[in-house]
Amino acid sequence: MTDRVRTVFLFGLVAVLIIGTGISQSWNSALGILNMGLISAIMALGVNLQWGFAGLFNVGIMGMVALGGLAVVLVSMPPVPDAWAAGGLGAVAGLCIGAATITLAIFAWSRAPKRWRGWTVAAILIIGFVFYRMIFAPSTAAIEAVNPAGTGYLGGINPGGAGNFKSWGWITILAWPLGGVLAAGAAWAIGKTALGLRSDYLAIATLGIAEIVIAVLKNEDWLTRGVKNVVGLPRPVPYEIDLQADASFVDRAAGLGLDPATASTLTVKIGYSLLFTAVLLILLVLAQLALKSPWGRMMRAIRDNEVSARAMGKDVTARHLQIFILGSAICGVAGAMLTTLEAQLTPASYQPLRFTFLIWVMVIVGGSGNNLGAVLGGFIIWFLWVQVEPAGVWLMYIITAGMPEGAPLREHLLASTQHMRLLTMGTILLLVLRFAPRGLLPER
Amino acid sequence: MIDFLNALVVLANFVLVPAIAYGSQLALGALGVTLIYGILRFSNFAHGDTMAMGTMGVIFATWWLQSLGVSFGPLPTALLALPFGIAFAIALTLGTDRLVYRFYRAQRAKPVILVIVSMGVMFIYNGLTRFIIGPGDQRFSDGERFIISAREFKQMTGLREGLAIKTTQGITLVTAIIVVIVLFWFLNRTRTGKSMRAYSDNEDLALLSGISPERVVMVTWLIVAALATIAGTLYGLDKSFKPFTYFQLLLPIFAAAIVGGLGNPLGAIAGGYLIAFSEVGITYAWKKVLRYLLPENLEPSTLMQLLGVEYKFAVSFALLVVVLLFRPTGIFKGKSV
Repeated sequence: MTDRVRTVFLFGLVAVLIIGTGISQSWNSALGILNMGLISAIMALGVNLQWGFAGLFNVGIMGMVALGGLAVVLVSMPPVPDAWAAGGLGAVAGLCIGAATITLAIFAWSRAPKRWRGWTVAAILIIGFVFYRMIFAPSTAAIEAVNPAGTGYLGGINPGGAGNFKSWGWITILAWPLGGVLAAGAAWAIGKTALGLRSDYLAIATLGIAEIVIAVLKNEDWLTRGVKNVVGLPRPVPYEIDLQADASFVDRAAGLGLDPATASTLTVKIGYSLLFTAVLLILLVLAQLALKSPWGRMMRAIRDNEVSARAMGKDVTARHLQIFILGSAICGVAGAMLTTLEAQLTPASYQPLRFTFLIWVMVIVGGSGNNLGAVLGGFIIWFLWVQVEPAGVWLMYIITAGMPEGAPLREHLLASTQHMRLLTMGTILLLVLRFAPRGLLPER
Repeated sequence: MIDFLNALVVLANFVLVPAIAYGSQLALGALGVTLIYGILRFSNFAHGDTMAMGTMGVIFATWWLQSLGVSFGPLPTALLALPFGIAFAIALTLGTDRLVYRFYRAQRAKPVILVIVSMGVMFIYNGLTRFIIGPGDQRFSDGERFIISAREFKQMTGLREGLAIKTTQGITLVTAIIVVIVLFWFLNRTRTGKSMRAYSDNEDLALLSGISPERVVMVTWLIVAALATIAGTLYGLDKSFKPFTYFQLLLPIFAAAIVGGLGNPLGAIAGGYLIAFSEVGITYAWKKVLRYLLPENLEPSTLMQLLGVEYKFAVSFALLVVVLLFRPTGIFKGKSV
């Protein structure tokens, strides 16, 4: 089978799987799988950029995805004027002091005379920290005290205001690039400190950053409402209720033989699918162009032999930093899209197995180094992730068919089917690594 | 003077004792990571879940022993169940090595491939743990709860502040000391241990001198399984058993191993305590200690807490970055590949 046939065949298989879900289960869940598959494919594209092109081992994808989610809140929610009045200035000033302290410390480290620099930096950090806490803590406390059950945070920049922000739904799309920018900023900070180190250290450092980002989202209530979650984010597609109230929409739905409720949910989901497909196509084209450009060839040369690339005069550290930032930014965009789709930010729902390691399975299974492979992996693994559970239930019913009704083992097995997912993902990853280590669509 | 003693007791109760217990657990976990790194030459992402699997074995054995009416007097029954858990973990790691890792060893695969492979193993262990025992909390400690409770301590000394030492904290420290002594005796004095160190230092030279690599790897997995089970059981007794928590332990454990110097057992122990003391110390509200130490007019108005407890991961992380920036091979010289 040539590469082209193989690609067409495997993507055709994905289409058959999703359409099959639509026919055998419901179109609603088929579109759900498609939308999440699109987002997963974008995340896999970002990781493939880092791992497939440059061989960088990043296990902090969850942090980038969560930062994308934060961007959606910051853009699409209306500002809370009372909270800004209570402590907005103080919070911003506090953050500025924190940033200035760190910048000053780094500056002092490189400029101060060697004998004094340790003490100078320590003094700057301690004094800066005290000032930061003095200004920051009371301001955030004041912000969180403003109507804690409803807002208790600064809100975003939606110009519609508290009453009318939902009609500014399109602004959410602006949050997607912003999510990429936030993730890129975080990636820059990690990359600056950890990229010079060996691969294992980078892995642990990124793992740590991801946990810290989640801890910040969970605990900085003034920014994200923490575990109280931000719900009801406005969305760039119409609301079902509005569609159902629209007479011409109901007529057209009836013409297709659909009742208004089903038709409206399908329309909304198709709207998302179109938006996500557009983003995926843009990024995929860019990634393909990058892969085939001199820059892409240089990246792969660096990946395959760092020493000779360095000898050829390539700035390996700078290129690594560059691609690390780009890949993380793509994950940030995907994270913003995910939060848009869910229309809520729930920091507690970010789990490393789901948002970091599952993406890795997608990249490895799809074929690292091949953009189409990463996209394919995103779709296939997401499909399996969703469908393994019903399949597990079915399997367990067959296994336990011989057991008496209500036997403890039978009950336990039936109750545990949801954990089959992790088991399946691990098995798939190991099988692919063993028997097709280059993935379903190998790098060309 | 009394104030000073009170401050010392508060410090011991809220910082020293918990940090020593936590540090011992981390040190045992980091020893496992560091041994695998030294001998098999990869960072084992499945280590947290190996701990969870071993602990699960111990929990089932504990329940079985309890159902037989066996108890260990004032000590937790789980200690009696340890051998069963270790045996289970050994079977598990050796089976995994045979089925999964050996193939890549024979191929001389790059370390990062083995790391990705260990990610797959992590998924499977994690799924199995949740599948068998469920994702919820399990408490399996029994026996006496305290070696000394806060009330007894106050009566004994007449101080205002109490010092409570949980049985599990005492057991943790004693077990950790015994395990570390046995491990170092093994590595430094026995023939097998010496061949392990030789293999870790220079693989080719060790092979030339007739050391069997498969045997070294097998012994490593035996030790790692035992260490992981003991570390996991002690952590579970001290806090509680929950699969997800064990997965999250991966970060402080790796931080400990790297800070100490990957591949260096002594470094793993030092790293474990360093991480534990920084985590507890930085997230502790120092107001209570300072109230006794400072004159009355200087009494702090805030909690004097540098960071919220939720940010404990940030501490391991920051420490890791600082050490790596200034001493890339860790405090004790580890391997730098």
